[in-house]
Amino acid sequence: MSPETATPHALPLRHRSAAAPRTPERRPGRWKKPLLYVAMVVLAIPFVFPTWWMITSSLLPENEVLSYPPKLLPLHPRWSNYRTAFADYPLGHQYLNSLYIALLVTAGTMLVASLSGYAFARIPFPGNKVLFPMILSGLLIPTEVTIIPLFKMVDRLGLTNTHWPLIVIPILGAPSVLGTFVMRQFFLAIPDELEDAGRIDGLGRFGLYVRVALPLARPALASVAIFTFLNSWNMYLEPLVYETDKTHYTLPVALTQYTDAYGSHLWNIQLAASVTTVVPVLLVFIAAQRHFVEGLAQTGLKG
Amino acid sequence: MEKIRPARERASTPHRPSGSRRFWTLRRRDTFSGWLFVLPQTLGFLAFVLYPLIAVVYSSFHTSNVLSGVTKYAGTKNYSQLVHDPATPSVARATVLFCIALVVINIGLALLLAVLLNQRLRGTTVFRTLFFSPVVVSLVAWTITWNFLLQNNGGINSMLHAVGVDGPNWLRGDNSALVSVVIVQVFKNVGLNMVLFLAALQGVPRSLLEAAAIDGAGPWRRFRSVVLPMISPTTLLTTIVTISGSLQVFAQIQILTEGGPSNRTNVLVYFFYQQAFDNHDFGYGSAVAVVLFAIILVLTLVQWRLRKKWVFYES
Repeated sequence: MSPETATPHALPLRHRSAAAPRTPERRPGRWKKPLLYVAMVVLAIPFVFPTWWMITSSLLPENEVLSYPPKLLPLHPRWSNYRTAFADYPLGHQYLNSLYIALLVTAGTMLVASLSGYAFARIPFPGNKVLFPMILSGLLIPTEVTIIPLFKMVDRLGLTNTHWPLIVIPILGAPSVLGTFVMRQFFLAIPDELEDAGRIDGLGRFGLYVRVALPLARPALASVAIFTFLNSWNMYLEPLVYETDKTHYTLPVALTQYTDAYGSHLWNIQLAASVTTVVPVLLVFIAAQRHFVEGLAQTGLKG
Repeated sequence: MEKIRPARERASTPHRPSGSRRFWTLRRRDTFSGWLFVLPQTLGFLAFVLYPLIAVVYSSFHTSNVLSGVTKYAGTKNYSQLVHDPATPSVARATVLFCIALVVINIGLALLLAVLLNQRLRGTTVFRTLFFSPVVVSLVAWTITWNFLLQNNGGINSMLHAVGVDGPNWLRGDNSALVSVVIVQVFKNVGLNMVLFLAALQGVPRSLLEAAAIDGAGPWRRFRSVVLPMISPTTLLTTIVTISGSLQVFAQIQILTEGGPSNRTNVLVYFFYQQAFDNHDFGYGSAVAVVLFAIILVLTLVQWRLRKKWVFYES
């Protein structure tokens, strides 16, 4: 539509809403805005309070964590709780486990998902139309359904209590299907002209994928990277099933281990360890929150 | 594409022996590269999705002795064990109650937050970030914190005590345990649904709302008769996601209640874990896993049918 035809339609509407005096009782009261803010602040409490409480309680001595009245601010922060969490438990080791596993899974998933996402979106090969819905069905299947046979398989290969199942299965199995789906959706939207231009320059399929499609797909790759990293970082059932050695644990399972010899919770130490796993992710989230929100919302498919 | 092909073939002719060019037609090349591209994912799917799916059905009809490694055909024994298990009614009840409570509260709250954020006030980005932040917090860390807060002498009850209310022993009470687990789960994940609803709300054309206003519709009427129908695809999507998520709450249950008190919070996935990995009964565990899969499958089919009836508008 050209600007000439658009203006006459758009203008009167604007004039009407700006100029027409509304009846006084219809006008949103001057209390509306403050009320909305109050509502949002009240609603924000249960979202923010737990994280706040986790951080402050991680700085309390053990006899004060459950004392009454509750301590909302640690006046004498006990940083040594953090030292205890790392010194008396293999937390440092477990931290590295989680980090390197999540990085490998993220890199592997980006590769596998972008390759198959590209093929499903742009290469007309026989089987394409059948294979894609079949692989997509992997999204439906909860981890629990397949974990017994997978455990038996890993056990038969002698790979329990190693990190192989935590790395290879997510990259090639059901968890990466979500990435494939996101990448395919993105590649579908690339205009044919761009690839045609690449073809004229003599690029084959692989060249088109590397030189044309991937550089364009950076936003989709970022989404895939974000949710894959978070999924791996937060994985719980799998390490619980595959790993037996504490030094092989990843963080989520490790966090549940902070009890004394009698099995009662060492809350302050446990919370300190939890803070070390939460705060880095939160900081990255705040810095790049738009990418996070969009990336995760696109893939709200798996929650 | 067809128009461009001759140009490309002409360009590549000098480098290629003519025989191989005739074999590597565009179609053959596409077939080859297509399969090569999807090979890793396809092999992974066969090995880590399809094979285990078949194997879990197979082993649900067998009993296996973990110690000797002997597997024996058992017919439907595992399934009849599930039917007659004294825990089954509690597990079914917990699973259904949890699912309903989670979906109702989660979708309701997500929509409320999205409507608030959609008011175009200053500072909504900050609130959006706050509401969304638990989504990126590690599930286990989040659950541990709530476990700490919900202890009998924990933070929540101290706060309640300070205002003169005696809180229940949240995680040990017959009804409060399930309520607690639902609350922990809602605040963890509602941000995701909120963002989806917010995007849907922003996609409702202003002209429709203005037209309704001119016709004399008040804010509530506009919301009910214009906004809700327009966002129904998102409502369906978030409901599906939340239901299938509710069937997979494992870590939360294990950390907060271990299925107690007296199986009140023993949802199906937790029951599965108990049988398969606490009791090491892979045959029985497989039967439970198959039931879980069947439920998800049925729900998916039902939602697929509903989609046509319920969704008023779909782009």
